[in-house]
Amino acid sequence: MDFLIFKAPMLMVQASLDGILLGILFALIAYGMALQWGVMNIINIAQGDLVILGGYIAYTIYLWGIHPAWGVIISPIIMFFVGWILYKLVINKVVDRDLFISILATFGIAIVFQQLMNFIFGADVVVAQSEYGTTMLFDNSVTLPNSKIFSAFISVLYAIALVIYMRKSKLGRAIRATAQNARAAKILGVDTEKVYAATFGINAALCGIAGALISITLTLHPYVGLPYTVRSFMIVIVAGLGNLPAVAVSGMGLGLFEEFADYILGTEFRIGAVFMLLVLILVYRRFKLSKKREYLK
Amino acid sequence: MNKIAKLFVTFISAITLALVSFTSSFAKVEGEYIVLGSAISLTGKYSSNGVHTQNGYNMAVERINKMGGVEVQGKKYKFEIIYYDDESNPKRAAQLAERLIKQDGVHYMLGPYSSGLTKAIAPVTEKYKIPMVEANGASRSLFTKGYKYLFAVLSPANQYLEVAIDLAVEKNGGKGVKIAQAFEQDAFSQDVRLGILDAAKRTGSEIIIDDKLPKELNDMAATLAKVKATKPDVLVVSGHTKGALTAIRQISEMKVDVPMLAMTHCDAAKLSKQHGKKSEFALCASQWHKNLSYKDKFFGSGKKYAKDFQKEFGYDPPYQSAESSAALLVFKDAFERANSFDRDAVRDALVDTEMQTFYGNIKFGPGGQNVAKPMILFQVRCKGDDCENRVVAPTKWASDKFYHPIPKWSERS
Repeated sequence: MDFLIFKAPMLMVQASLDGILLGILFALIAYGMALQWGVMNIINIAQGDLVILGGYIAYTIYLWGIHPAWGVIISPIIMFFVGWILYKLVINKVVDRDLFISILATFGIAIVFQQLMNFIFGADVVVAQSEYGTTMLFDNSVTLPNSKIFSAFISVLYAIALVIYMRKSKLGRAIRATAQNARAAKILGVDTEKVYAATFGINAALCGIAGALISITLTLHPYVGLPYTVRSFMIVIVAGLGNLPAVAVSGMGLGLFEEFADYILGTEFRIGAVFMLLVLILVYRRFKLSKKREYLK
Repeated sequence: MNKIAKLFVTFISAITLALVSFTSSFAKVEGEYIVLGSAISLTGKYSSNGVHTQNGYNMAVERINKMGGVEVQGKKYKFEIIYYDDESNPKRAAQLAERLIKQDGVHYMLGPYSSGLTKAIAPVTEKYKIPMVEANGASRSLFTKGYKYLFAVLSPANQYLEVAIDLAVEKNGGKGVKIAQAFEQDAFSQDVRLGILDAAKRTGSEIIIDDKLPKELNDMAATLAKVKATKPDVLVVSGHTKGALTAIRQISEMKVDVPMLAMTHCDAAKLSKQHGKKSEFALCASQWHKNLSYKDKFFGSGKKYAKDFQKEFGYDPPYQSAESSAALLVFKDAFERANSFDRDAVRDALVDTEMQTFYGNIKFGPGGQNVAKPMILFQVRCKGDDCENRVVAPTKWASDKFYHPIPKWSERS
């Protein structure tokens, strides 16, 4: 236990801002996961690897001399097609099957993606430089990398755009209808096959955006996808499916919780603390659910 | 059973027996070749360093063979290596070591890349009493298990950054310093940490931040915020290439001012290339640098080695390659002194090794670690946007003076 954070109030501000900015980025990945989980009932283990692939696309354009921030436009476009092709090749064979089958299939995809990225981009850890500088607050006692602010801003922007798209566009409505009841949607003339492919493509595109942002804020390596999968999985579990505000809040909440756990319990318990929280939330949910059932009896 | 059948069975068994005995002797020394075996990471997460290791081995094999090979009992032999890809996976590495020994009949092994994989292979080579000279497993725990057939040409992990603490204390006028440290939770980095703890105790220094970074973590913002708040004299970071790159990225973005920053894996992370000027003044532990003045008759000096390596493989040799090349020089020396192919004779000769190579002096301690070679520290220095690693410690080989303290971010252009 360490109480340094309570002695220095500026640390509290720093921790909160760091947590929220990172949480927003994670929420974007989690939203993609919630979307395709809700629509297709698939838990995508390869989510993190799609993120890393998106990051490598941004890194590649950076190597070509283009500013990596353009990755947030180029990467999702490419990733949408990657997602679409992935659906046509693998995912369409496991939709409507047991959840376990989809986990196995996407786990396989994750391994293939890792090896492919290792083969193409090499096993070195890489970073893209945005040269965005730093915002200093309170006389340099709180420092925020502008790249993190940029990534949070872009995440929010895309999230809002996606919400509007889901409400207003034909495809968006079809996706929502399919999520509510795939059979009924099919009867009413929705091409669910196309909806599924588009959903998976949109999810991959969201991963692409997140990946591009990670390339300028954190680091890339072919084998660091799994933590992103786990993190978004947790956010979705806490927030529930198809509820964007809840995903955003739970993403930021987890980011905050993680930062504070780091200061108070120590860095080594940072990720452990998040898992403990997850267990507590699941137990609490079950407790609430069991009460409800009794009432129904 | 009639006579003919009996004769037939005897005949077949005799042939099989002959074949078996023939192949095993055939494999350790095949005609004029001494066959060595190595499981190495050619794919998977260690593949880039695995390839550096393999290039180092190949470079030395070619050079030794070209310069007359190994002379045992008046006959000249050449080296040959059987490689298998361990996919960066410890279990696979152990299986492959078993296969090299039992199926391919290899009697002498070269190490894999990384402490983790060496740890997986060492029990196998020990079980079959196969001498292994390794060049890329620095974890202290390798040398405390009482292994008798394991020899490492590199300095153990706990020595990596001890020198840095001594340097900080020296700059502080001999008084103890305040240390902040962040280490990844893996065998190697934790060994580096133990070395720092020892050095702190020895110099009367105080450790004010002692963060253990989870392996999955690629964000050090919290640790760095603590560093900003507590103002230590030296910040020590070790977390492989990911740790080094993350640290420099976030230190520069968060404008963390520390008088001294010491790290590991700077050259493997290509720090000065990927982060450029942001990495300037970082102090890095290294097993080897081409400017050191060690010499041998095969590669000449470190500089000559670097030049030849560059010509052969098209890039500047990282220390992983240099130490791998040195492993073969050690084997050659041991074979010639043993003047025999008997495994135990070779092993005994290895124990008595005392030699200089372009990579450094080599003499094995009781645990098998190299006790004759100090670690070196280099500092990233930039001219304009061109950054390179310059040796600053030990003073004997320092090409540049250690720059201390690091200027504040507000004063850096």
